[in-house]
Amino acid sequence: MLKVLGASATGAAGLYDWDELIQEDRVHRLIYTDPAIFAAELTNIWGAVWVYLGHESQIPNNNDFITTKLGLRPIILIRDAAGTIRALFNRCSHRGTTLCRKERGNAHLFTCPYHGWSYLSTGKLRAVPWPDGYACDFKDAKFNLAQVPRVDSYRGFVFGTLNPQAPSLIEYLGGITGPIDEWLDRNPGGKVEVCEANRLKFKGNWKLAYDNSGDGYHVVFSHRSLLEMENRLADEANKGMSYYRGSPDAKPMYMRYTGNGHHFKDKRPNIDKRAGGLWAVEGAAPGGEHIEAKLRGRFGAKADDILDLAGSEPVNINVFPNLSLLGNHIQVFEPVSVEETNVTWYGTRVVDAEGTLGDALDEINALRMRTQEQFPNFGEVDDLANFEEIQRGLACLEDEWVYMHRGLGIPGRVKTDAKGEITAPATDEAFMREYIKEWKRLMQASPKLTVQREP
Amino acid sequence: MQSVHDPSLVSHYVSDAFYRELIDAFKDWQRDDRAILDVHERERFRALIEREARLLDRLDFDAWLAMYAPECIYWVPTMPGGGDPRREIAIAFDDRRRMEDRIYRLRTGYAWSQAPVSRTVRMISNVEVFAAAFPARRMVRSNFLISEFRPDGVRFLSGWCGHRVVERAGRWEIEVRQVNLIDCDQNLRNPSIIF
Repeated sequence: MLKVLGASATGAAGLYDWDELIQEDRVHRLIYTDPAIFAAELTNIWGAVWVYLGHESQIPNNNDFITTKLGLRPIILIRDAAGTIRALFNRCSHRGTTLCRKERGNAHLFTCPYHGWSYLSTGKLRAVPWPDGYACDFKDAKFNLAQVPRVDSYRGFVFGTLNPQAPSLIEYLGGITGPIDEWLDRNPGGKVEVCEANRLKFKGNWKLAYDNSGDGYHVVFSHRSLLEMENRLADEANKGMSYYRGSPDAKPMYMRYTGNGHHFKDKRPNIDKRAGGLWAVEGAAPGGEHIEAKLRGRFGAKADDILDLAGSEPVNINVFPNLSLLGNHIQVFEPVSVEETNVTWYGTRVVDAEGTLGDALDEINALRMRTQEQFPNFGEVDDLANFEEIQRGLACLEDEWVYMHRGLGIPGRVKTDAKGEITAPATDEAFMREYIKEWKRLMQASPKLTVQREP
Repeated sequence: MQSVHDPSLVSHYVSDAFYRELIDAFKDWQRDDRAILDVHERERFRALIEREARLLDRLDFDAWLAMYAPECIYWVPTMPGGGDPRREIAIAFDDRRRMEDRIYRLRTGYAWSQAPVSRTVRMISNVEVFAAAFPARRMVRSNFLISEFRPDGVRFLSGWCGHRVVERAGRWEIEVRQVNLIDCDQNLRNPSIIF
């Protein structure tokens, strides 16, 4: 690394007194508004922890790729010619041009549009035009593409980190693998396939979305229009997230913080634990009654299990800093600037390798597409409007603090088990306090990030 | 064939056969050999689409909905060209009931993404009419530009629409409206209006 002179040489750790910014019950507005903090996060968060990059089903064949980002770093996530998944920096070694401008494709070679340098899917430099104009022979590894040194998958979810000191992926995920396993295992073969997405963005800091990811307090307020809408035709008002009405903390749902910034909202205990229980509370969807009648006619009582595959699994599984599994969605947070964030709700479809669903597969997937379109259209847009309004509110310079102390200090309310996992009622902000503590620890650190190149 | 069910209350018409026919109808229809150049036809459908734009700009959702056939689809694909809605998420793929859901939500007073309500002005142009595979139907292509004002400024949404219209009892109704935003596969800020 180049020696940098001046104040920035101290890195994030020297920017602020982080203990002053992140307190037990509140955080300073600057963590959402300061461009210097955002710049430091690109190293201390987005470079230093395992960041979700994509799903294996998006690149099923050798040489399949998608383009994505690690923080702001443009990345080509590719399954190379030998089947190894790599996260190549999408940046020509020569002058820095991005090599690939497509969102997805299949390529055994990337040729730079600017001067024609070409690279193999392993990132190795293949050729440069007119090499006799160079004194060197390009055998030096420094001309191969930089790539993320550590790329690993957990059950199809691909993560990468630039931090050689980071724990293994499985250690990093820790207790959140339990909920991820359950989320996958309710699908045939324990698998899903990623499909198209509801792609949204908002003018606000990325942490506003992560703060909200397990927030059970906002539901009946931020989503009031959705709750009223989806119960407008119901016999009893029990569709969707109606269980948040009344006294949500008295309900059996709960939030759990599992460490390393990851947390989990489990709303399943609110739903009748029976086949068809999930489908029974799913809001109205195009084709719903038709497909239900057809499946019941064909499969009898077994239809309930199939219909549940189109129901929105009532969990929020949040993997710090950018992955959220909720309903049947894979939601990804992507920072754009200190006050702009992309939130992409990838849909998932069921795959049926064992053929247990037969010709019901296409129908249940069609219905699953329609149920998945509901929340981004009628729920998420209102959350994003509220996040933008937080960002606007935070322009009040003198009103410095943002509170996250719901549930704090009430004896017996927040429980820590032997594994160190923390459980609290559904509307508690305990997960916010815990993940932001982890964020603070990371911002106080001085990670030594590296890239790797083919030898 | 119309089913016996009220499509405002239950959804029986969005069947596998319906999807297949829809995908087929929206594939490869903008062909010179199917273009209908008759001025009266073109004017009829231009007027229909301009009226729809006015009703949406004026938030007259009841009159807007009344322009649609009972069994209809409002389709905003995420993929240029539409894709297969059975296998892919759309920005919106609403049947009549979900169109009514959409309107109901906007009217609750609690749709924060529309508080305050966007002011819009739609420009419609390049209206072209094409023969459809089925009798009493036409396919209509039009380009649109929506200027949308929200308190932080005016933005422009642009793209083109494919309307499939059907003549029933002497009246032309919209059966399918496919809205193709030019940035449909990109992250969109606050897509909460009816496009």
